[in-house]
Amino acid sequence: MFEEYISIFLKAVFVENMALAFFLGICTFLAVSRRLDTAIGLGLAVILVQTITVPINNLIYNYVLKSGALKWAGLEGADLTFLGLIFYIGVIASTVQILEMVLDKHFPRLYNSLGIFLPLITVNCAVLGGSLFMVEREYNFTESIFYALGSGAGFALAVIALSGIREKMRYSDVPKGLRGLGITFIIVGLMALSFMLFSGIEF
Amino acid sequence: MRFLLKILNSNRTHFEKSGRLQRLSPLFEATESFLFSGSEVTSSSPHVRDGLDLKRMMIIVVIAAIPAVLMAIYNTGLQANLATSKVALGDFNSWRISLMEVFYLSADSKCFISNIFHGSLFFFPVYIVTVVVGGAWEVLFALIRRRDINEGFLVTSILFPLILPPDIPLWQVALGISFGVVIGKEVFGGVGMNILNPALTGRVFLFFAYPAEISGNSVWVGVDAVSSATWLGDGGVDAVSSATPLSAFADSTLSNIVTWTDAFLGFMPGSMGETSTLACLIGAFILIITGVGSWRIMVSVLIGMTTLSLLLNIIGSETNPLFSLSPLWHLVLGGFAFGVVYMATDPVTAAMTEGGKVVYGLLIGFLVVLVRVLNPAFPEGMMFAILFANVFAPIIDRVFINLNIKRRAIRNGN
Repeated sequence: MFEEYISIFLKAVFVENMALAFFLGICTFLAVSRRLDTAIGLGLAVILVQTITVPINNLIYNYVLKSGALKWAGLEGADLTFLGLIFYIGVIASTVQILEMVLDKHFPRLYNSLGIFLPLITVNCAVLGGSLFMVEREYNFTESIFYALGSGAGFALAVIALSGIREKMRYSDVPKGLRGLGITFIIVGLMALSFMLFSGIEF
Repeated sequence: MRFLLKILNSNRTHFEKSGRLQRLSPLFEATESFLFSGSEVTSSSPHVRDGLDLKRMMIIVVIAAIPAVLMAIYNTGLQANLATSKVALGDFNSWRISLMEVFYLSADSKCFISNIFHGSLFFFPVYIVTVVVGGAWEVLFALIRRRDINEGFLVTSILFPLILPPDIPLWQVALGISFGVVIGKEVFGGVGMNILNPALTGRVFLFFAYPAEISGNSVWVGVDAVSSATWLGDGGVDAVSSATPLSAFADSTLSNIVTWTDAFLGFMPGSMGETSTLACLIGAFILIITGVGSWRIMVSVLIGMTTLSLLLNIIGSETNPLFSLSPLWHLVLGGFAFGVVYMATDPVTAAMTEGGKVVYGLLIGFLVVLVRVLNPAFPEGMMFAILFANVFAPIIDRVFINLNIKRRAIRNGN
């Protein structure tokens, strides 16, 4: 049983890396990878938000949205799956808001180190993608926790590696037309090539 | 040599500032530093008096690669001759065999000269295309960006043909080296700035763009018509990143196909330069003695590989016989030795801190075994392992630098 959870986690980190296999959350991935410390901040924030929202969305899907899920309220035939997107976005946005207020009040240091990244994550498609994949693959509640941890950690790993490369490249003499985002796209492409290493491994 | 120097000196003025051919000065510079040494002298301090410059360093790597090149030529010819002898003459026509007949040579695997000759006809077309196409890109970038042409390409151009299968179409060689040089190196600003090994970048591009020509059973021996009749086609040893399902190989079946000694010496099909572990060891000796290649990286890759493969030996698996492949076999099969010696130690893309080198090497060692044994999609993992470790090398370095800073701060009582 536990092995299964580990395999979901590892698969989400390496094989189905949010940033480098699915290219989700690329906007924040590219924008916030210039320095290592900010990249670590973003990575932590994604892991945190992912681990909170995906299990919540899992509960919402299983007990409200899924066809026949509203049995407990006496509505046997109701199928609310079409409301999925709105619900998940709502959950993500409100979670981030609440999280921000809680952190600001009780953990000001953590709040300051995460800084701008928390609100930014509301619109990070890797986070929404995590919820949608969870629904598509029909994970149960515990599985969804491990999946959320894994996909968040995968994103964090990718963004940290990218920031390391970009810091190293600070003195590189990149051709003018490619400076900035251009060369970053190329780096991300090359990183994705190297992550192909894991494609095909059955954990 | 004197008259060459004279020619260079008499034409120097044209290439200097406000000379007629000023735009072509990188070409002049490259010719001069290739033949003699650069005329430029640093005008301000610091002056470092050291014989080891970029040119000498690159030349040492090229020299270290010569054993692998010789083995590549001999073994490619040997395998092609062996394969040729297995089919009736006239079943295929190959320009190489026709050309050999012109010189009264037949495709005889026992004849040393025939093997060398046949192998050269495979190796040199690939090498020449690599040098011409890759060199053209180098010169083009140098001219447009007004930079000096760098010696780094010498190394890339000798390593790239060695990691290709002998049967590869030449236009793919051109495409691969173009990708490696332009996307792998020049867009980052040239030698010393790249994050991934250019030769491996070119190869991984070919690997995903044209999987049929660079993997599978039929590409590792140079003779088209017969390739599937060779023992490799019966499901042989994995050559670098071939898609051969290695499912049938426990140690016992493997030694029926190829003996360990043959695999160590390199008499088996594979990418041209990678088959001979012995040649790679000679190269490693040269690199370590001269201090060009890092022994820390090589040793820690070995340790990483041995640890994980022994661990997998102990764990064992009923469905996957590769679990029982011993470290000794991992060492001699596929591109392991070649990758460790020439690719993993690339000073530009490897980790730079001493501690970082160990972690970087261990990572490569682990990943190779991981991909070979656990990833059914790719039988060989050296290329991927090195590229993956290249991506993480800056972060590994960063961690060790921070540790150093902390240690010093403590030592100095801050």
